[in-house]
Order: sequence, then C-alpha cells, then structure tokens
Amino acid sequence: MHQLTIAEIARGLRDKQFSSVEITSHLLERIQQLDGHYNSFISVTGEQALTDAAAADARLAAGDAPALCGVPIAHKDIFCTSGVRTSCGSKMLDNFVPPYDAAVVENFNRAGAVSLGKTNMDEFAMGSSNESSFYGPVKNPWDLERVPGGSSGGSAAAVAAQLVPGTTATDTGGSIRQPAALTGTTGLKPTYGRVSRWGMIAFASSLDQGGPIARTAEDAALMLSVMAGPDTRDSTCLERPQRDYSASLNDSIQGLKIGVPKEYFGEGLDSEIGARVQEALQAYEKLGAELVEVSLPHSKLAVPAYYVIAPAEASANLSRFDGVRYGYRCENPADLRDLYMRSRGEGFGEEVKRRILVGSYALSAGYYDAYYNKAQQVRRLIKQDFVDAFQKVDVIMGPTAPNPAFKLGEKNADPVAMYLEDIYTIATNLAGLPGMSLPCGFAHGLPVGLQITGNYLDEARMLNVAHQFQQASDWHTKTAPAAE
Amino acid sequence: MAVDAQTVEKLAELARIAISDETIDEVSNRLGDVLQLVDQLQAINTEGVEPMAHPLDEVQVLRADRVTEPNRREEFLALAPQTEAGLYLVPKVID
Repeated sequence: MHQLTIAEIARGLRDKQFSSVEITSHLLERIQQLDGHYNSFISVTGEQALTDAAAADARLAAGDAPALCGVPIAHKDIFCTSGVRTSCGSKMLDNFVPPYDAAVVENFNRAGAVSLGKTNMDEFAMGSSNESSFYGPVKNPWDLERVPGGSSGGSAAAVAAQLVPGTTATDTGGSIRQPAALTGTTGLKPTYGRVSRWGMIAFASSLDQGGPIARTAEDAALMLSVMAGPDTRDSTCLERPQRDYSASLNDSIQGLKIGVPKEYFGEGLDSEIGARVQEALQAYEKLGAELVEVSLPHSKLAVPAYYVIAPAEASANLSRFDGVRYGYRCENPADLRDLYMRSRGEGFGEEVKRRILVGSYALSAGYYDAYYNKAQQVRRLIKQDFVDAFQKVDVIMGPTAPNPAFKLGEKNADPVAMYLEDIYTIATNLAGLPGMSLPCGFAHGLPVGLQITGNYLDEARMLNVAHQFQQASDWHTKTAPAAE
Repeated sequence: MAVDAQTVEKLAELARIAISDETIDEVSNRLGDVLQLVDQLQAINTEGVEPMAHPLDEVQVLRADRVTEPNRREEFLALAPQTEAGLYLVPKVID
C-alpha cells in the first residue's frame, strides 16, 4: 500500500478498494517501524490522524468528498499547526504549540487530507543537509551514512522511504529542489507569491515559498492545486485564483523550446551528474522538444547575493524570538538585556546565529549600501538574465545540485562549501521564478535531479513538461533500498 | 578576510546574541569566510540598476480597514514563559 502515489490513493479511496483508516494505519505503522533509521519526523500525530481518517471515510461514503479526502500527507515543521508543536527544527521553539493553522495547512485540511505529523528540517530552514536540526540529522534512505539535503530533508526522506506519499516543504534557496534531487523525489517551488506564507515561519521573506514534495509530477500537481491561491493575510501572496494544475499534464510537448544554460555545466559539476542530465535532455529531444543554448551570465553571483539578502532578512525576521512572548527563555535572567542575549544565544544553533550576525553586519550603519543595496541590484541583473532567456525558450533545464548526496559531517566544518551545494537553485529564488526537481538517473549509485525552471506563473507548463518525462522514463519509480 | 573580535562583539550586541569567549575565534573565522564570499559582489558594476524588492514588481496590496480577527489574548499569553495580570513579564527595567 505504501508504494501508492497520491493519485492512486485518491482513486482507491473513491473506488472503495481500501479505506483512509486502512492506509493511514499502515503508514503510521511503517513510520513507527522504520523512521528510527531516517529521523524524518519530528512529531507523529497518530491519534489525530486516525480520527481524521475516520471522518474522511465517512465523507467518502456519503459521496461528499473534496479532492484529497482521506489522503495521508505530512507537513514540514515550519508550518504552524493548531494544537501541534511547531518547532522549526529549533530548540527556540521546542515548546511552541501554535494556536492556529498556517494557510497551507488550512488548505490541506479543507481538501480532506490527513496529516500524519511534522517533518524534520534544518533549523529555521537554514541549511542544505538537514544536519542543523535541533532534533538530529535526517538520514538519506538511499544511503543512511549520507544526508538527504536540506532544508526540507525530512519531507524529502519521508517520501523517498515511502512513509508518506507527499509532504509540504519550503524553498528559500533550494530547500525543496535540492533535497528532492538527493533523495530521488519530485519537488516543486512555485513562483514567489503563489502559495500563502501566512503561518509559515519566516526565514527570508522575499525568497521563502512553500511547495510540495511527492513521487511524481502528477502528485505534485494535485498538491499544488490545493496549496496555491490568494490569501489576504499574506500581503505578498499573488491575487491569482486557485486553479487545477493537473488539467494540462497530458498536453504534447512537441516543439517545446528548452533553454540549456552553459553556465550550469561548467566547473564544479560532478561529471556523472552532468552525463545524466544530458541524457535527460536527449530524452526530451526524442519527445519532440528542441534544445537551445542560453546564457545566464550573472548566475555565478547568485550565491554571494543570496548570502547577503537571506541573512539580512533573517536577522530582521528572527528578532521576534526574544524570550518574552513565546519560545525559549534562559534560566534566571539578571536583567532584560541578559534575558535577550542568553535566550537567543542558548536557543539558536550555530548556523542560525552565524546568519543573524552576517545579516546584522550587512544591515549595520555604514554597510547597508555596500552590501544589502548592492545585492538587491545584482538580484535585478540575475532576474534580467532569466527574462532575456525566456524571450527565446519555454523552460530552462540543468542539474539541480552539483553533487549527489554527501556524507553526514562532510561539509559541516566549511559553511561556504555547504552554501555552494545550492549554486544552481538559488538564482531561481532571487528571480522569484518557479522551479522543479525530478529524478533523472543515478550517479555513484545515488539519485540525480533534473532541474526545470519555468517562466513566471508557468507552473502548469513545468508540471506538464515533468509529467511527460515521467511518462517516458521510470526513474521516479525507483525506490530506496529497505532499511535494515 | 578576517573579522576581528571587536566587530564580532559589536554584532553580537546588535543582534542580542550572547557569544562565549571560547567560541569567539571560531565565529570570527567563519564570518570572515562568508564575508569573503559575498565580497565578490563589489567587483560588479551596478550603476543605475534599480534594487529589486519584489520579483514581479507587485505593489503592496491594501485591504479594507475593518476588524476581522477575534481577540485571543488568553491563548497567546498562554504561550509566554511568564505572565502576570494579562501582561508579559520581564525582569525589572526601571528602578
């Protein structure tokens, strides 16, 4: 049963092949038996899930079932869930039980989905390996000595290990696409503003965007159709109506123009990954697509610009964790200053503190123009590269990550080396474009991700293009070896 | 590029994050690495380029000025480490 995709589960439930209680119990049992190997969940809400599943079964029986009625999913622990601890992977929020649901959680509840719990993540979504979580690292189901990527490492690993068919995730610099690539799953980061950020704990507000991780593009489309839509409670959420992203999955891609940026195949790319991506591009040619070389000349500046903008915004966003209103407070503060200093010093992990300090530097008096303003100008140059490329092509493709899953601890000592793992994904966030990663083979025995970047608001086409590849290949059906 | 201990202490004060004396060298070195990475931006000519605030150049959405949220004071206060008489409690700030 755990091999089933969301589309298959939704169909099976409607055709009464099994009940939501049956599949929910089966997956909860699997989580209990296997997640000790992966650590992909921070909280499992089994009792609530079974109650919700029973309610879903009643609605299915009554013929009054919304789109994902009875389908099990899990939420990244960055989305606030009413009555369920929402930690954001941090000691700071270890005791935080939100009194409300995030917009994304509301949307899935409305669609009848059954949440099994909250998935592990890098602390405050800052990381590319899921090693900065207060709750310990997540292990990659393909090799338990390797990382699953991050920051949505738990969401990706849980799907790869077939503990749940789909999860919510967030992507600020690659945190959906990179873990999807490293675990052989399909992940989608929508256009900035497609999905409401209300109740999604903020990291870098001009870059953060929620999206799904699943096994197939078809499932990602089903999830996005539920997740995305306008929300007046998030002033950056786009006023574009909710829509059905599945409707065009089967459209022909004959004549599709695929841009291939030469900058994404240079130094630093693992040669086997490069080969797998080239093979995927050839497969697209066989499907009738045309490859067009494009150039993104400012792409090498994406990582430096990001490591000004994201920490600057993070330093402002994370100032709300003050030990006064919620979250961690130090023992016996001597005075108010001591309360702030020690609550934050003890409550945040090393990477989070480092980024807050970098952000404080970039925003401090005398440096604002040299750093933050400069980075925002470079950001426009990066965006313009994409705008120019999309004059000539429909989608852009390349590798999602330069390396396959690396060993736990391998890049911990060198933050800059870790940052460069996001070298191909970050530009998409800076430009605000939608992006996907889907499995396209193996390098050194580990999954490889093909990245698709779409034009603004062109998620439906991106999903169509990904689905057509998955109709003609079977990489997305490969499963990680069973944990022993 | 190294960041000296004095700068780290100043940043820690600005960010209200206590950093222990034992870790200050480590923090200085790592901050230096990050700043060296971002200093690549300085070589780029950005004269006349408008800084980018929103990818789609959308404007701020306004909504009608009316009450939509209920008052949930008790629920929010229940999350705080310390409260008294419906207020958040912190160490004494005035003598």
